[in-house]
Amino acid sequence: MDPEAAKLMGKLIGAGIACIGMGGAGVGVGVIFGNYLSGALRNPAAAAAQFSNLIFGFAVTEALGIFSLVIAFLLLYAV
Amino acid sequence: MAEQPIEPIHQFRINNLFDIGTFGGDGTAGSGVHIAFTNSALFMVLTIGLIMAFLILGSQRRAIIPTRVQLMTEMSYEFVANMVRNTAGHDGMKFFPMVFSLFMFILVANLFGMFPYFFTVTSHLIVTVMMALLVFFTVVIYGFYKNGLKFLKLFVPSGIPWFIIWLVVPIEIISFLSRPLSHSLRLWGNILAGHIVLKVFGGMVVGLLAAGAWGIVAIAPFGMAIALTGLEFLVAALQAFVFAVLTCVYLHDALHPGH
Repeated sequence: MDPEAAKLMGKLIGAGIACIGMGGAGVGVGVIFGNYLSGALRNPAAAAAQFSNLIFGFAVTEALGIFSLVIAFLLLYAV
Repeated sequence: MAEQPIEPIHQFRINNLFDIGTFGGDGTAGSGVHIAFTNSALFMVLTIGLIMAFLILGSQRRAIIPTRVQLMTEMSYEFVANMVRNTAGHDGMKFFPMVFSLFMFILVANLFGMFPYFFTVTSHLIVTVMMALLVFFTVVIYGFYKNGLKFLKLFVPSGIPWFIIWLVVPIEIISFLSRPLSHSLRLWGNILAGHIVLKVFGGMVVGLLAAGAWGIVAIAPFGMAIALTGLEFLVAALQAFVFAVLTCVYLHDALHPGH
């Protein structure tokens, strides 16, 4: 195998592996929304006040998944 | 449009619409600062123009029984004002113009990008990084201006034992410094990934339709593309909201340092 093809193969495999990190962010976002929902069903009156906290936690968690996406893009287009 | 390649990255290309000129440099190719009016600049101008037309039109009459445009203007104002009051506190209202401008710019730019063949301004990292750095330096400069050196209490959470504080302070400093990074990457990554996914499913439809009798299968990615378009409208509005909420949270740190 010539070096260029090996480099391309490594880039593509690496980008695919980097996307595994999104699974962790998916679990985290699921935990946040699931817990918000169970809390909101127990005490619906307090649910609306916590909505911006929900979005904040969602955004912070989701950023970690976006980081793995950024690594995948860096491998594909910037290396 | 048959000439356009089926490639998901192609939509983010920046083209020069007309050249303004090259400044500085010694005349060789690639030297100096080349300034041109690009499609990115065009859509930023269109975004600003639409927001200004919307707000001026809505606040012109100031009727007691509002028209639909006036109602939408007042709703957008009240929405952001409530967000600033709840998240940054009442004294955060002096930053309301900045938060409102950022929110409206990101919202309208994201929604503009949902039109086919339109350029999405926020899908470029440089745009989101500049907005995130603006927020970051506003927080740092105003925090030191208002609180002096007490602003550094932000890095020392109260009520923790002395032998843990040496561990916590570096973590707090690193998390503070990585804020503009995550702040900008979040918006950019969401918009970029969403648009690429839309184009990938669109490319699947085109590719399957070219396959002859099996082209009927193309209905599956076509339905997926329609569903994802709806999701992208949600993401466009949600990311504008998230950016504005995080701006308010960071401003709260500048106004009230110390946990």
